[in-house]
Amino acid sequence: MELFSSVMVALICVNLGYLAVTRLRSLARLTAVQGVLLSLAPLLFAAPGDHGHALFLSLGVLAIKGIGFPWLLARTLSRLEVNPVVEPYLGYNLSLLAGVSGLLFSLWLETRLPFPPGLFPPLLFPAALTSIFTGLTLVVARQKAVTQVIGYLAAENGIFLLGTPLSGQGSVWLELSVLLDVFVAVFVMGIALHHISKTFESIDVGRFCTLRD
Amino acid sequence: MLAFLPIVPLAGGLAALAIPADAPRRLLLVATALAHAALTAATFAAAPGPAYGGLLELDAPGQLFLALASALFLAASVYAVGYLHHEGGGTKKDFQDGAAFVNAPERIFTMCLCLFLAAITVVCSTRNLSVLWVGIEATTLSSAPMIYFHRHRRSLEATWKYLVICSVGIALALLGNILCSVAFYDPASPLASMNLSEMLPRAGGAAQPWLRAAFIFLLVGYGSKMGLAPMHNWLPDAHSQSPSLVSALLSGALLNCAFLGILRALQLLNAAGMGAFGGELLVLFGLLSMAVAAVFIVGQGDYKRLLAYSSVEHMGILALGVGIGGTATFGAMLHAVNHSLTKGALFLVSGNILALYHTRSCHDARGLSRALPVTAALWTAGFLAIVGSPPFGIFVSELTILQAMLGGGHTLAAVIYLASLAVIFVGMSAPVARMVQGPLPPAIRHPGPERALSLIPPLVLLAATLTFGLYLPRGLTEFLRRAAAAVTLGG
Repeated sequence: MELFSSVMVALICVNLGYLAVTRLRSLARLTAVQGVLLSLAPLLFAAPGDHGHALFLSLGVLAIKGIGFPWLLARTLSRLEVNPVVEPYLGYNLSLLAGVSGLLFSLWLETRLPFPPGLFPPLLFPAALTSIFTGLTLVVARQKAVTQVIGYLAAENGIFLLGTPLSGQGSVWLELSVLLDVFVAVFVMGIALHHISKTFESIDVGRFCTLRD
Repeated sequence: MLAFLPIVPLAGGLAALAIPADAPRRLLLVATALAHAALTAATFAAAPGPAYGGLLELDAPGQLFLALASALFLAASVYAVGYLHHEGGGTKKDFQDGAAFVNAPERIFTMCLCLFLAAITVVCSTRNLSVLWVGIEATTLSSAPMIYFHRHRRSLEATWKYLVICSVGIALALLGNILCSVAFYDPASPLASMNLSEMLPRAGGAAQPWLRAAFIFLLVGYGSKMGLAPMHNWLPDAHSQSPSLVSALLSGALLNCAFLGILRALQLLNAAGMGAFGGELLVLFGLLSMAVAAVFIVGQGDYKRLLAYSSVEHMGILALGVGIGGTATFGAMLHAVNHSLTKGALFLVSGNILALYHTRSCHDARGLSRALPVTAALWTAGFLAIVGSPPFGIFVSELTILQAMLGGGHTLAAVIYLASLAVIFVGMSAPVARMVQGPLPPAIRHPGPERALSLIPPLVLLAATLTFGLYLPRGLTEFLRRAAAAVTLGG
């Protein structure tokens, strides 16, 4: 269980890192770290005699979230030739403060919610919730379209983490299709990003102000 | 049979990508739509068994939305033949800011249309919550390139908003699904799948606080895709920027899919005996959507945005109807039918107007009755239908919901409902009357003849909703009753 707790703590640190990082490339690297950590989760939950499924799922997560996404992001960043700074709407210190508050809130919530006994090991719920919270913060509090994609990924990772203890036998195909779907979503967003940078000569979503009532 | 339903549009889409010539590809699109419609009609003749090991399974609510999507897709694909022919390739000048733009390759557009239909088919023909989620995500991904068909700045802005808001919404819905399986967690006898057939009988024993949380996340998540206020921001942008036939499909088929996601969650709540909780939330979101739509419809200067806000209003009515429950659920099912047909027709007609006038402004597109007499007649009829005038179908469904509200003692809700409907009636009638009458703008001297391919699809759709206003076939009533019963009884 100690290994598990270390992984959860590492995930929480990565989440706070998302909010403090000032370079887009470091942000893309953090998604790789988060993906690799996340790929360990299915293995740690594997029921005895069910290692095949867990390994399969873990490899899927590693391939998609640990390697695929970060590679796509890195490729997009190098092709876009954008300003490498994150450019926040909400400053780094305030974002970090929001992240820490989210963490404290989820730690408190963990003590209050009526969890089904034996379902969530300690620290998993706060780690997942902080991830969702950080992701959504990145979506709304950062200026560039690419940070919205990374935020969406972080939120999706948190949701995935919350779902791992529930992964039952036989449903592994569905989990993989969920993963694949998210992968395609990022792919489509990546294509949209290219068009945005080509058309607007920037990926600053603050320029999206034509359509309104 | 059910196994072939998603395969047909999938194969059609892949084939469309491979065909280099325009004419056969357009023919293929119509053929795919026809084949899909025929298969859908066949499911009414003989109930199909489950397919793919129970992943796909058709029940009455799913069949209802499947039939609507299939009919609307057929209309849109016929319309697309004329539209794509006249749209042509090459660089164009944007009528709003004068910038040059090109259209997306027609091959990609046709493929996305077919894949969109495949995704909708999966959503409608499953009772498995995970497959439903995957399907709804797939509808977002396949429709985003269609919104960006005209490759200019505004459509890109609309596409990005659509992608980000709907993706975050769908992520929240995934969280809802996970909370749902927490509610059903039982190590002694775990659920084999997230299939409703398995979950509904066990809903009584589910952990209520978790089920409640799950419903909230599913409602907010799928609600943002359905266009319920206050998560509706993407809707007017996407509907106004995409080609009109895509707007028709978004409004008439896609929003229904998201609504079906919410209905599935409501089925679970009803089976768990917590329907009142879900109903209250749905009534709240429904009334809010109607009120917000009313505010934005008054003084709206863009006729496609006008139609988009009208969709927000009607999605509100659907949520309100199923939230009230009882006869109102039946009313909501009937309303879904009428809204899809009417809004589909209106968006297709708006495409005809846009093609001639090159403006989306209600103030500049004037003299419709002189320039395009048939289009003007359809536009007026569609307007009368959508605001709920008799003898069109929406009048009947809105009245059914109103009666159920008054009968159930929801007086305050009924007052807000009527007030919003009245404001929207006035707000929509002014621009529509202005567009139909008045002098021709000087730029339009020789409008030319109207094209049959752009008139017949909306005409047929409007004729259907007119028929349902005058006479509801017994078979349809019984089918809608079954769909409503499946939702209210959680069966």
